[in-house]
Amino acid sequence: MKKRFLFISCEQAYLICDKAQYGEANLWERFELMLRLSWCKFARAYTKDNCALTAAIHSSKDKLLTEIEREEFRKNLERLIHKQPQH
Amino acid sequence: MLDHTIDPNTWISNYADYMFNYAITRVNDREMAKDLVQDTFVAGLKSMENFKGEASERTWLISILKRKIIDYYRKKNSKKGQAEVRVGYMNEDQEGDWLEERVADPFSKDAQDIIENAELGKAISECMAKLPKKQKQVFEMKTILDYETKAICNELGITSSNLWVIIHRARITLADCMKKNWF
Repeated sequence: MKKRFLFISCEQAYLICDKAQYGEANLWERFELMLRLSWCKFARAYTKDNCALTAAIHSSKDKLLTEIEREEFRKNLERLIHKQPQH
Repeated sequence: MLDHTIDPNTWISNYADYMFNYAITRVNDREMAKDLVQDTFVAGLKSMENFKGEASERTWLISILKRKIIDYYRKKNSKKGQAEVRVGYMNEDQEGDWLEERVADPFSKDAQDIIENAELGKAISECMAKLPKKQKQVFEMKTILDYETKAICNELGITSSNLWVIIHRARITLADCMKKNWF
């Protein structure tokens, strides 16, 4: 997609917004996003949802198990089950 | 006749998230919470014969986990030379009778906080479970485990652009799911 100076597409705005959630959007990208947000209601709606999602995850991310950790539990438990004496 | 049955093969899928959430809310240390949950599964397996079916499997496992948490604080306190644990321990022969004891939780936090936290965690977990495998893996590495973009790209053999597209798709699915279930 051709990028015009200062004006970014909605898709580009979404990607910058995603990067911004992780603090990885640079100053110029943030400026372009702000400009887009000033007139685009779709980008504003996406940003609002995205920020709400970030806030929700941030408040409980330490309490979430990842798939890797769940798999680790599963392997350990399966190993233990197989070790159990059969009755 | 037993009201409840026990099946260790379903413990991870049914209770791992809930138990981890329960443990980490009380010990505030991710690795320790994982160890406590793991120890609970080991103790549960060893004492399955003591499960009388009077309460649900989850209640039984949680009562073991409570014991493990008390044990953790007891050890931690005794290391500091200031043991303050009030709950009396039973002997080893009684291991597995936790349910019948119905241990009071001395580390119980504000009930509303715990319920809200647990509910939010559950909603996010359920929404994340709906993501395709690759999206889930990338999203977890980036968002939950806080891996650097470069590290994820190296590990999974993807480009930075690919990563952001995957993250974008995952976030759209999650935001949509959370809108329906939480926001």
